[in-house]
Amino acid sequence: MSIGLLGKKIGMTRIYDDKGRVTPATVIEAGGNRILQVKATDKEGYSAVQVGYGDQKPQRVGKAMTGHFAKTSSTPKRFIREFRLADGAAAPESVDLPVTGFEVGQFVDVIGQSKGKGFQGTIKRHNFHGQPMTHGSTMHRRNGAIGNRSTPGRVWKNMGMPGHMGDERVTVQNLRVLQVRGEEGVIIVAGAIPGAKGTFVVVRPSKKKTVKK
Amino acid sequence: MNIVSKIESEQFKSDLKPFNVGDTVKVHTRVIEGDKERIQVYSGIVIGRKGTGINENFTVRRVSYGEGVERVFPIHSPRIAKIEVERKGAVRRAKLNYLRSRKGKSATTVKDQVVRG
Repeated sequence: MSIGLLGKKIGMTRIYDDKGRVTPATVIEAGGNRILQVKATDKEGYSAVQVGYGDQKPQRVGKAMTGHFAKTSSTPKRFIREFRLADGAAAPESVDLPVTGFEVGQFVDVIGQSKGKGFQGTIKRHNFHGQPMTHGSTMHRRNGAIGNRSTPGRVWKNMGMPGHMGDERVTVQNLRVLQVRGEEGVIIVAGAIPGAKGTFVVVRPSKKKTVKK
Repeated sequence: MNIVSKIESEQFKSDLKPFNVGDTVKVHTRVIEGDKERIQVYSGIVIGRKGTGINENFTVRRVSYGEGVERVFPIHSPRIAKIEVERKGAVRRAKLNYLRSRKGKSATTVKDQVVRG
């Protein structure tokens, strides 16, 4: 059972299953995951595993991090994240985390940085309806009224307004693993994941949905 | 080789016979009813092909009991058991949408392709 892996979004395709049904699928490259540090409750105050993915050129890494990588005799990594361990759970024995830790059919959550959309209005950003394009209307895509009168006399918190959209951390939950390709270090999940091609993502076992056995 | 194209090419059908727009084809589809599987044949004229690679589809049009019917099939779907070419058609366009506005015999036939020997 995998604690989770780091990977890179490669792109989307479609997968036919044995019944001939077609599923939209995302290909995630997650080969070469490596444990960089095991954090323990008595030393660091909490129990976790630090994992690195994606090689970085040595000249781009500062001295502090070079020393950190040298401790586990790892090559420099570009993308480093931690996975918390449950109380009393032991860290994986091997420093290398292969993609085969995931099983076909299990559910995963994928965390990534979504595509930036720039400054957007309320229709695109908050799914507002907008106003009529015709029939004498001169107000088309504005946000409309944002409050009432002297009660409450202010604008409610979380009122949808224009602003920056996208380029934020997004978690997509409960994606089914369709294929695990150990040789290529690739896992294929059903559905879409955040971000553009080449975005680093975190793949972890689903928090909410597990396979019934 | 790019990993996505590798995944896609694994799903390609190796026994796919070439066919073109204008051909009259018989499409053998696998129909699953309960736990039984049987083959259903749908025949008509290919009026278009769309997409590339694993995403390629083709549209087959037939006139059935006076009503035009079009079905779109993904070429590489495992539910398609076989595509038989009955007649080669000689057409000059990629999409035969003009057949939709036709009635009678002209709606169900295209010129046969003459094989020059």
